[in-house]
Amino acid sequence: MDIKIQQLSKSYGLQKAVDNISFEVKPGEILGFLGPNGAGKTTTMKMITNYLEIEKGDILIGGESVKAGDLKRHIGYLPEHNPLYLDMPVLDYLEFCAALQGMDKGTIPHRIREMVRQCGLDQEKHKFIRELSKGYRQRVGLAQAMIHDPEVLILDEPTTGLDPNQIVEIRELIKRLGKAKTVILSTHILPEVEATCDRILIINKGKIVADGSPELLRKQAQGQQVLRVKIEDGETNTIYQKLQGLPTVGMVDILDAAENRFEVQSVSDQSSNRAIFDLCVSNKWLLSEVIPFETKLEDIFRDLTMN
Amino acid sequence: MGPISVIAKREVGSYFDSLIAYIIIVAFLGFTGFFTWLYGSDIFMRKQADLAAFFGVARWTLFFFIPAITMRQLAEEKKTGTIELLLTKAVSERQIILGKFLSCLAMVGLALLFTLPYYITVSQLGDVDHGAIISGYFGLLLMSAAYISIGLFASSITNNQIVAFLLALFISIFFQILFDVMGSSSSGFIAELLTTLSLSRHYDSIVRGVLDSKDIIYFVSLTLFWLLLAELNIKQRK
Repeated sequence: MDIKIQQLSKSYGLQKAVDNISFEVKPGEILGFLGPNGAGKTTTMKMITNYLEIEKGDILIGGESVKAGDLKRHIGYLPEHNPLYLDMPVLDYLEFCAALQGMDKGTIPHRIREMVRQCGLDQEKHKFIRELSKGYRQRVGLAQAMIHDPEVLILDEPTTGLDPNQIVEIRELIKRLGKAKTVILSTHILPEVEATCDRILIINKGKIVADGSPELLRKQAQGQQVLRVKIEDGETNTIYQKLQGLPTVGMVDILDAAENRFEVQSVSDQSSNRAIFDLCVSNKWLLSEVIPFETKLEDIFRDLTMN
Repeated sequence: MGPISVIAKREVGSYFDSLIAYIIIVAFLGFTGFFTWLYGSDIFMRKQADLAAFFGVARWTLFFFIPAITMRQLAEEKKTGTIELLLTKAVSERQIILGKFLSCLAMVGLALLFTLPYYITVSQLGDVDHGAIISGYFGLLLMSAAYISIGLFASSITNNQIVAFLLALFISIFFQILFDVMGSSSSGFIAELLTTLSLSRHYDSIVRGVLDSKDIIYFVSLTLFWLLLAELNIKQRK
């Protein structure tokens, strides 16, 4: 089932939480929903799950509006703070969720076993939820969201509170599941979107500010090539002047005069690799480091969301 | 199993897991037992084989106990955020309210079930009007249904259990006694309206063994009214 968001708006009092956003997510796609705190991520997700009322615009899942409220069976939702009934044992809780989703009674035990295995809850399944650590609670939250094998998964910060090993496991799980489902996950951990998502959507102050694959966004933001070089055997000022004299080089910065480290920014659409290499060869300098400097997602994010 | 019974089952289970169920039942039996058999105008003073003493004290005991049962129902879900989880599952607001209502009614029903030995004992003591006792129990259940719905409404507008408890008592006291008092001190149409609204009048007539459709309609509509308000309340989330 695909998700179509059409001119969605929502305001709390005078503050516009979501401001006329539109996007689509196709089956098999994992969309990473990024944005600073209070950007409108959670509000959008709550409207998709029909927890919050839609003020303006519409959300269509599989062609049907969520306003009718009968699409909830097809959606698996992990809310932001992962609320759980702490007084229930894990297995009872999963059974409760499965039954509420209207699952066939015969298939429930099998499904619970599968979710317990997939989410790594085998050791903890007989414990009360209140006895579990935050990471395991998060796994229970994921298990309840996926128990009824929904076609759409809405995960609000699914990896908070997990340790690095668990994060990798959960990401793998989401990636595996995402092949057949439509997944929207929100996060503020940038490496996470790069590792998990096919597409990134950055929103700020209720508006979409970027939309595309991680590679595409990086390319857009990068512009000029930036190299960090270390050149040995030469004198700092001479090297600086000769680098600056190269036709493809736009700007040179001295990063570390004692070690002869420079940051070389090329003019647009030009590469300086070859020119720098030739320069070093002709002057008998040793080019001991060339590091292409990639614009990090962090920088793109900061650029787009800071005014 | 429909969603209503799934929710009701979970709630009843949670009452027993958290010991609330045992405390409520033991306290209810202790209170009603003490005043029915040992103290004041008890059964032996009346020299009559009936349960009027029990129905008198059970009315007040339930009046205080029902808000204690209902106060956590929605207030806690709202406080911990689990209401979001519930509402994003394939259930409607109405099913949630009805599930919770039935779980509370089941708790009260269970407490009343444990008073059956009173009935058996009394019927050994003398000639008992069985009809009056059955309709008395029926009246208790109807009254409980009304107070449970008031309690659920109170629980639906706050996320603080104490506030829910006190608010439920505050609303209930009007039906329990205040409308009656106000009705007898006023006159004309207002007096009639207030006495009609008074729950105790309707309860007393059922406990006397008179099953009038007017009384039943009163209890059913009172219950539905507050349940509907509770439902509207949790539907309202902006």
